[in-house]
Amino acid sequence: MSVGRQELKGDAGPGTESQRLDELAELIGRSLDSAAERGASGAEAAVSVDRGLSVAVRMGEVETIEYHRSQGFGVTVYFGHRKGSASSTDLSPKAVADTVAAACRIAQYAAEDPYGGLPDADTLAREFPELDVFHPWNLDADGAIRIATECENAARGFDPEISNSDGASLDTFQGVRMLGNTLGFMHGYASSRHSLSCSVIGQRDGQMQRDDWWTVARAPQDLEAAAEVGRKAAERTLGRLGARSLTTRQCPVVFAADIASSLLGHFIAAIRGGNLYRKSSFLLDCLGKPIFPEFVRIHEQPHLPRALGSVPYDSEGVATYPRDLVSQGVLQSYVLSTYSARKLGLKSTGNAGGVHNLTVEPGALDLPELLKAMGSGLLVTEMMGQGVNIVTGDYSRGAAGFWVENGVIQYPVEEITIAGNLRSMFKGIQAIGSDVDARGNTRTGSILIDTMTVAGN
Amino acid sequence: MTNESLDVARRLILDPLALGASDLDCVMATMLGAAIDDADIYLQQSRYESWALEDGMVKEGSHSIDQGAGLRAVSGEKTGFAYSDEIALPTLIEAARNARAIAVAGASGPSRVEARETPPRLYLPIDPIPSLSEQDKIDLLRRLDAEARRLDPRVEQVIVSLSGGSSAVLVLDRDGAMHGDVRPLVRLNVSVIVQQDGRREQGSSGGGARADYRYFLEGDRASGYVREAVRLALVNLEAGEAPAGTMTVVLGPGWPGVLLHEAIGHGLEGDFNRKGTSAFSGRVGERVASPLCTVVDDGTLPGRRGSLNIDDEGTVTQCTTLIENGILRGYMQDKLNARLMGVRPTGNGRRESYAHLPMPRMTNTYMLPGATPPEEIIESVQHGLYAKNFGGGQVDITSGKFVFSASEAYLIENGRIGRPVKGATLIGNGPDVLTRVSLVGNDLALDSGVGTCGKDGQSVPVGVGQPTLRVDGLTVGGTSV
Repeated sequence: MSVGRQELKGDAGPGTESQRLDELAELIGRSLDSAAERGASGAEAAVSVDRGLSVAVRMGEVETIEYHRSQGFGVTVYFGHRKGSASSTDLSPKAVADTVAAACRIAQYAAEDPYGGLPDADTLAREFPELDVFHPWNLDADGAIRIATECENAARGFDPEISNSDGASLDTFQGVRMLGNTLGFMHGYASSRHSLSCSVIGQRDGQMQRDDWWTVARAPQDLEAAAEVGRKAAERTLGRLGARSLTTRQCPVVFAADIASSLLGHFIAAIRGGNLYRKSSFLLDCLGKPIFPEFVRIHEQPHLPRALGSVPYDSEGVATYPRDLVSQGVLQSYVLSTYSARKLGLKSTGNAGGVHNLTVEPGALDLPELLKAMGSGLLVTEMMGQGVNIVTGDYSRGAAGFWVENGVIQYPVEEITIAGNLRSMFKGIQAIGSDVDARGNTRTGSILIDTMTVAGN
Repeated sequence: MTNESLDVARRLILDPLALGASDLDCVMATMLGAAIDDADIYLQQSRYESWALEDGMVKEGSHSIDQGAGLRAVSGEKTGFAYSDEIALPTLIEAARNARAIAVAGASGPSRVEARETPPRLYLPIDPIPSLSEQDKIDLLRRLDAEARRLDPRVEQVIVSLSGGSSAVLVLDRDGAMHGDVRPLVRLNVSVIVQQDGRREQGSSGGGARADYRYFLEGDRASGYVREAVRLALVNLEAGEAPAGTMTVVLGPGWPGVLLHEAIGHGLEGDFNRKGTSAFSGRVGERVASPLCTVVDDGTLPGRRGSLNIDDEGTVTQCTTLIENGILRGYMQDKLNARLMGVRPTGNGRRESYAHLPMPRMTNTYMLPGATPPEEIIESVQHGLYAKNFGGGQVDITSGKFVFSASEAYLIENGRIGRPVKGATLIGNGPDVLTRVSLVGNDLALDSGVGTCGKDGQSVPVGVGQPTLRVDGLTVGGTSV
């Protein structure tokens, strides 16, 4: 079998990263050759090498300094429609060869699955947009300690009721990854990720509460200022002091922007190919049907510069592209890998490994205006537990937040649950806030839902 | 008694690398200095495999090897840590220098050599992977698939997964003592979707142990998982809306012990209590449960998923009494927190892998049995909820609020189990939920070996258990007001 390979296109920039990419491409090439020698009709391999530094300070003192160095190699082989996979953290030539052999051995025992195999060649990425995701931070432990300390000090010094701390931590990671397959795909790039978080404890009348805040970015200069992160952590903690339960009732609920992303997570789980072909979703056969009210648009933006979820291609090398999942409330597209697409008689949507920068089109109201629109109801700022059944859409989770009357926050609440069914919760969305939380892979404002059951004392 | 686990771990990890004890001593010497109170070198080699069946066929399998070294130096409350996937002398020396950099200031504690205990042997130092041939593993999965489909025509989908492997660890402590363990772990899971008149429901069941794959063939064990998964799914087909509000809840035996794990277990881990961030901080000797409640964390149960011969710091595991007749007795400790709190380590220093720092973690956490037959507990309730099976849970250590989600529940009316209701989350306050335990069953059961606990991003296998319990007042998060 001949193995064609396109020229390496690394976006790593100068220096060690591009050298690293060359080495990794060679390693992948060797492993694909080794699979072919063992009789595989197709193979795909990925390798990654990461370095990082994490420091944590607590009560003004250094608590931990961690130096990370990790690497991994994974290979999937196909013998016709039979599949085997293996992985190793040892990148030595012998370990790589052993790993390929292990994958081939497993494939001997796997069943013939007509839908299995490498992606269709025409779906593989051929263009590689500049994503601007590599901004290494040349930060030593002392520098990291200074930033984390500034952050924690800002939180601890914010108010005398902040009595204790879980500390502040700064993490910086950079790495390269490379993906290749026997259809000629070979590409790698470097990326970085930095984050700062702070968690403090407040005490009032014998009650202890903790809350946190965090910032994450591809480039260090895009992080929120350390003192700002600390201040927000302290404010959030103070806001929870004096929390009580509510009586059981039905009322409207606002999910604050930073936790509203969990609702989108459930939506994505329900339209993922794997759950659809297994008939394990409450959104079976919903393509082209209204799932949300007409004003809702949900789309994917995989090529946003510097964004956390940006990727040129998915974990199979299939090109990613911006597209609407929901427009005017109607489901436009599922979330598919090559395999799940074939099972459903569709084409991959470039979502092997997940969605990329999922975005809910923001509305016009900021959070205070959203609370006014709600009138009296619950503002949820924290969720606990799993409690979501994707097969039925049944939803029941622990919650904490604030009771709101006439659009004004009255007091913090805790030890309550909120329950409903995702199908009616999605239909019951009244408004989406303009207060978008753009930190993570899901970007949404706060979400107002018409009614849910709140259980309390 | 010779320590076979140590010998096997040494052979698996050190022999292929041509690394000797003297090389490791040299690495340790690089880490130790005047200001270092403690240090360790943790070497690990893990090998796991998994096989998955769906659509009636075993479509894929995977195999993974993970190995590396984690080096830690502790000075006062400060920890320096470096790890690498490469176990080679130059890398280890570099990691040792990085880890040591933590000790810029601080005083050294006295060097003490602890009495060497020979750890018990709770499981054999084996690799479960070859305990069944590949063909036998595939035949097992296919048999279970066929059994599920035979049990009821409403079964539409069956997913069966089998995984297993073993992790060899070596811990070299600051005194130069070498501890070792080889930890097998196997797991089997069955998940089904049933369909009736367009309504679909799911049920799943499974188990696992520190044993080899033949564990699942003993008696009727694997087939039992199949029957349980199908039964759960069919019960859910009939389930109506769950109630919302605070009511008397009867919790079934076994896995519902996740209550203890969340409500009190995490809150009794030493790190939170040293820092004063737990709702249980400073409460040793106080009443935190009804006198009917005695709760232990026991890492010494033979073959259990949460058991360990030694923890990840080389400390021999033990049975630690957390709550005795309702009184808080003690916390679970690793070496760092034990030293800082002036108590002994309890064998609860665990880590997900060499790439993570150890911290106090649970092993098998359960409540000892009481005197009441479970039927009498149900009969004692006029109106309430019987929650028999659960998914996972979560806790906020500081506020003490915890949740756990029922996956099989029934109403209790006039002392009898009534209609099934949909899954719902239960929420309560850790420091007082056990004070509301009014009856404790005589039917202690441990879970079937499925638990995984997450803390600070680290996952470790754990066990839970309890007898049937009556709790007078838990908030049930259903939809029906």
